[in-house]
Amino acid sequence: MADQAVRRPPRRPRRVRTLSGVDVLTVALMVAVPTVVVVGLVWGPALATVLLSFTDWNGIGNLSEINFVGWQNYEDATTNYPPFGPAIRHNVLWLVVFFVGPTLLGVILAVMLDRELRGSRIYQSIFFMPVVLSLALVGFIWQLIYSRDQGLLNEVLGLEGGARIDFFGNPDINLWAVLVAAGWRHTGYIMLLYLAGLKAVDPALREAAAVDGAGEVRTFLRVIWPVMRPVNIVILVITVIESLRAFDIAWVINKGRNGLELISTLVTQNVIGEASRVGFGSALATIMIAISTVFIVIYLIQVMREQK
Amino acid sequence: MMNPRPLAGGVSAMAIRRRTLLKGALGAGALAGLAGCGGGDDGGGGGGAVTFGSNWSDEVPKNAIAAMMKGHDAEVSINTVDHNSFQENINNYLQGGPDDVFGWFAGYRMQFFAEQGLVGDISDVWSDIGSGFSEAMKQQATGADGKQYFVPLYYYPWAVFYRKSVWAERGYTPPATMDEFVALSKQMQGDGLVPLSFGDSDGWPAMGTFDYLNLRINGYDFHVELMAGERPWNSQEVKNVFDAWRELLPYHQPDALGRTWQEAAQTLLRKESGMYLIGMFMGQQFPEGPERDDLDFFPFPEIDPAVGADAVEAPIDGFMMAARPRNEEGAKDLLRYLGTAEAEDAYLAVDPNNVAAHDDADTSGYSALQKKSQELVSGAKSISQFLDRDTRPDFASTVMIPSLQAFLRDPDDVDGLTKSIEEQKASIFGG
Amino acid sequence: MTAAVKKRRKPVRPARVVLQAFLIVMAVGWIFPIAWAVYNSLRDFDYTSVNGYFSVGGFTLDNYVEAWSRGEFGQSFYNTAIIVIPSVLITLLLASMVAFVLARFSFPFNLTLLALFTAANLLPQQALLVPLFRLFLNFELSYDVSDSGSLYDTYVAVIAANIAFQTGFCTFVLSNYMKTLPRELTEAALVDGAGVLRRYWQLVLPLCRPALAALATLQITWVYNDFFWAVAFMRTGDKMPVTSSLQNLRGQFFTDYNLLSAGSVIVAIPTLIIFFVLQRHLRAGLTLGATKG
Repeated sequence: MADQAVRRPPRRPRRVRTLSGVDVLTVALMVAVPTVVVVGLVWGPALATVLLSFTDWNGIGNLSEINFVGWQNYEDATTNYPPFGPAIRHNVLWLVVFFVGPTLLGVILAVMLDRELRGSRIYQSIFFMPVVLSLALVGFIWQLIYSRDQGLLNEVLGLEGGARIDFFGNPDINLWAVLVAAGWRHTGYIMLLYLAGLKAVDPALREAAAVDGAGEVRTFLRVIWPVMRPVNIVILVITVIESLRAFDIAWVINKGRNGLELISTLVTQNVIGEASRVGFGSALATIMIAISTVFIVIYLIQVMREQK
Repeated sequence: MMNPRPLAGGVSAMAIRRRTLLKGALGAGALAGLAGCGGGDDGGGGGGAVTFGSNWSDEVPKNAIAAMMKGHDAEVSINTVDHNSFQENINNYLQGGPDDVFGWFAGYRMQFFAEQGLVGDISDVWSDIGSGFSEAMKQQATGADGKQYFVPLYYYPWAVFYRKSVWAERGYTPPATMDEFVALSKQMQGDGLVPLSFGDSDGWPAMGTFDYLNLRINGYDFHVELMAGERPWNSQEVKNVFDAWRELLPYHQPDALGRTWQEAAQTLLRKESGMYLIGMFMGQQFPEGPERDDLDFFPFPEIDPAVGADAVEAPIDGFMMAARPRNEEGAKDLLRYLGTAEAEDAYLAVDPNNVAAHDDADTSGYSALQKKSQELVSGAKSISQFLDRDTRPDFASTVMIPSLQAFLRDPDDVDGLTKSIEEQKASIFGG
Repeated sequence: MTAAVKKRRKPVRPARVVLQAFLIVMAVGWIFPIAWAVYNSLRDFDYTSVNGYFSVGGFTLDNYVEAWSRGEFGQSFYNTAIIVIPSVLITLLLASMVAFVLARFSFPFNLTLLALFTAANLLPQQALLVPLFRLFLNFELSYDVSDSGSLYDTYVAVIAANIAFQTGFCTFVLSNYMKTLPRELTEAALVDGAGVLRRYWQLVLPLCRPALAALATLQITWVYNDFFWAVAFMRTGDKMPVTSSLQNLRGQFFTDYNLLSAGSVIVAIPTLIIFFVLQRHLRAGLTLGATKG
């Protein structure tokens, strides 16, 4: 029975014709309302951002003050904006580190905690706690740990004077320090989502595998993992999203400068505040959208293959 | 879907034409939502309380503002938004129908909004309150068009702060020239002290050092022209500033880029360092009482006798009026009141960490530090605001902060650095 | 979990010990940074600024008392509730509807929809800020409803932005979870002649309880801790959410970090409570009596 369930044949398209007239209307509404919200408040503004990226608008006044400057902002961003290169590199590094670190760890923790362990709820709460903390507290927490002058790490390592490590200020290491802090939060996040997914796995599958005498690891790899495929994709995509949008901890430490440049912090620096460079910032945001599109396309190709 | 009103009132015919054109050419309606004028409509009528948008969100200044507003004979409804958020969202705030009167800064930061038509002309208020302010103050309240837009409240000078007790113990005396300054720094190093506390994690504290070196080496006029984008950044003059700074770097607290200015203040507090070039607000990091009273300062020393040391960096905070206040009458009355010595006194009685901008303010209650600050500023030939207040804010935050941090990381590549600044300046200032 | 499964797992004892040891070490490492911050939130700032944080002494509860009164948390907690509750409920409703359709039907436009909603996650908030602000500003309202005469400076704007921004994410997550549900379930219901709405509301949604609980927890956390939309689309201090109270504790010129972290702990408590409450639903496994036959 387990085998049958696991090696379920690929889904065939459902027959839409079984829907009644009322059902068709219901389905249409169920899709239309959220679509309108997302298109109107996310994609519309996003398109406006793309258009603005070809202007030198400063965010003030009406459209008559908008000058179109062609690709000027993109040219400036790539050739005349020193933080741009590092920002791209940092986002890529972020992505790689998140995949091999916190994402994997979060999945492993979820699998462990999914079993009826003693204290499972307490562990879950502890691992999830960093996710619910406000940014102000997270900033303070890591300041306490990393600070060069008074930080716990330097004190515990017993470093004095010039030997002290400048975790936040040294551009060669501060990104790693931030990755630890960000990974600390990301792990709990992934754990929670994966845990919810594991709960949806049909217990009959495990039971059957256990009857067959499969060990726990084998049960997971052979039985659970394949069923979890859609959730695994969620985890992958979320890691990509989080890595590309990574922003807050770097921002709270030094506004994403001096080794902590990320595309999102550059966008923010240019868009927020007085006399903002909305056009230039929009160009950076558009570049970010373009990079994201690559991952979206990869994801969609996966989905399409699955459906065939 | 929410259907935005396609055209707000007040859009010129040209704007409409441009919008239609855009829509047609780009085949997208997305920009429609952007159309329309920014200012809020003033449909609220003339009466009612005056609204005041306050970015004084810290405990002490917030109370001081409340005390100050209480002294006005009409009702003032205060809307306090935390300082940082207010600043980051000022564009939205001013375009979304701001409070009648609101708090802001002097300098280019004020002039910029005046030029954009986002703040109201208050020259008529100045004809009533003008006699209470020095010419320098009035100048800082004046836009590029010669009209006044700003009522100053207080200023806080930047200077080199130190602890009197440490200096008395070691027998240090304030240096007047750069040579003495360097000699003193060396002496402090010999005594096991860090000569200059320094924390630049936020990026802006280093601007103070740059400004003072620039003011002392090239003078106030050069500073103004450089900030206005009229002078090239890759000139020998600017390189001289960076070269002088490099000479001083060995006396700065190391690893400044990972340290906040508050943490740097703690090293001075704990008597681990001898001096700290920072604004007067730093005193608030010291526990009230004997620790805070132990603070003193001296002006940044002279470098070139031909230039002298009579330029002081003293940012001014104050008030502005919305471009189209709902209660213009009330707003101007309030501003007239805010420009009086009584209003200043009411403020400073609660928040003694600044110095009154008004000439007739009561100085009898001043602390020694306040008195000295007042003398420093009134004796100054010229007053600069601060790098991020004297130049375009986008240039200051997206170009200068990263560039100064790059210099601190790698002080030897001044040529490359200044060239890069100049190129980025050209793209921001528009050539 | 049936008793049979539990019993069969009993024999692997040593592995359990290793597992427990690993989890304890990890948990201690995880909670330590927070504990350290809480420890320092219980100390006097003047003491720690003179003696450093790596010290013992200066203990006080004043930071909590002070943070509570200075942050005006009473008002801001109320404001936060006004923003969070509708945002999260509407987001989950909208997202689960689309997710249901995406997961349960094979329409030709499904892929497009999936792309539309998934990709909406990848945009940074900052990229949408300026256009959204203009959109809200130009949405005219009567002055009776809004002080600014537009959607700017209203809760509606902040809630709408939150919903729009989060719906994509929830749709994406939920549709994938729904795909893991055994299909026999809804097909059986189909035979019974249940309409689409009933299948959605009475069959699929209850089965998604763990996923909905997880998402609700995350959404509440995010919307609760969001400050970006609130300050971008509102200008009245008295309408600001609890994150703004925290921001107020972080001074312009003087930051008492101990006070700030005391305030942050106060702010964290409601989200932790919500997590504990919803955690029960995370544990709810599936009961598949209907199809097991």
